[in-house]
Amino acid sequence: MEFQQKSLLNYCIALGDDSLTLGHRLSEWCRNGPFLEEDLALTNVSLDFIGRARLFYSYAAEVEGQGRSEDDLAYLRDCREYRNFLINELPIGDFAFTMARQLMVDAYDMVFFAGLAQSKDPMLAAIAAKAIKESRYHLRRSEDWIKRLGDGTEESHERVQNAFNQLWGYAAEMFEMADDEQQLVDAGIAVNRSELKPDWTSTVHSVLKEATLDIPADDWAIGGGREGEHTEHLGFLLAELQFLQRTYPGQQW
Amino acid sequence: MVATSNNPETTQLFELLSSVVDPEIPVLTLQDLGVLRDISVVDGEVKVTITPTYAGYPAMEVMRADIESTLATAGYEHVTVEQKLSPAWSTDWMSENGREKLRAYGIAPPVKTDCGQSTGQIACPQCNSTGVKLISEFGSTACKALYQCQDCREPFDYFKCI
Repeated sequence: MEFQQKSLLNYCIALGDDSLTLGHRLSEWCRNGPFLEEDLALTNVSLDFIGRARLFYSYAAEVEGQGRSEDDLAYLRDCREYRNFLINELPIGDFAFTMARQLMVDAYDMVFFAGLAQSKDPMLAAIAAKAIKESRYHLRRSEDWIKRLGDGTEESHERVQNAFNQLWGYAAEMFEMADDEQQLVDAGIAVNRSELKPDWTSTVHSVLKEATLDIPADDWAIGGGREGEHTEHLGFLLAELQFLQRTYPGQQW
Repeated sequence: MVATSNNPETTQLFELLSSVVDPEIPVLTLQDLGVLRDISVVDGEVKVTITPTYAGYPAMEVMRADIESTLATAGYEHVTVEQKLSPAWSTDWMSENGREKLRAYGIAPPVKTDCGQSTGQIACPQCNSTGVKLISEFGSTACKALYQCQDCREPFDYFKCI
């Protein structure tokens, strides 16, 4: 496989992994939401992410051309082969934590997919054009919730502030390019993520300010997801996600 | 942007598929929704092109199966249903007829070309009042938001503009 094809495969898998891990986390709210409408909203957003994962994995399988399917990519790879950003795999925490992560990811998705929609790769551009419409709704909702929680009661304020403090350093890797990504940027296929931070910062900072929250200090950062180095949480996530295919290989729905 | 055809054979196929509905909103046909993009016939093989409303829409497989079985019942044996992502589906493609059917069904139709924050033009499907309040960005399915009418107090689904 030539280098660019291999890089494109890795790129699609990483984007699929981002979508699948977060989609799975959001699905854990099903029947645990704070109230019915919110339960439905979280699982609908989850479905959008799982839908994206399917599109990226299907395309990855096509690029690879070795007969692997989208399901093989989702169910039959182990932790070290997953390439998602760490922020997506963290446990759901409380509702404030889930929405704080969602704001950070939705704000990133808006700038990232706007770039990817311009990709010279027609399939990536088509997926991005689809995704950005959904992310617009996601971001509106996460913004509203952060403002309600931050500017809400003493307890909701404290919880959502703690959530941002715990999550802040996970943002760094969203703007760090993987080793083989620059070549795809040069070819007009991938997005130069190192340029996205100012727009992301402007969105997130303005929401936090309106929510009367402090902007956490940029004094720590953690990464490694794109290299397959994960937190201890991903293994547990995959154990649940992959259980059926691992126990009954090839089982069909 | 409802897909149509001038070719007699495909016109007949479009008519045939007008009985296929969205399983989640059974008053809308795939054509009303703008999901049915194209039908072509090459060497006796029918190719139907559809586009998903949302990336994760779970009923796409049901739609696909319904298209295949409708055509099979009418005697078309070689049918492929292809999913096309680009251009991305928009609620602007929903037909006027489809919008009316939605309203009659109790779902406020999507406001055209206004995907912003404005809720001014969303009208209650029961009493037509525009004094409505957003309850939740997501209703019973990903494509809908939950609103309540401030006049007749009826809660209702709004088919979101996308």
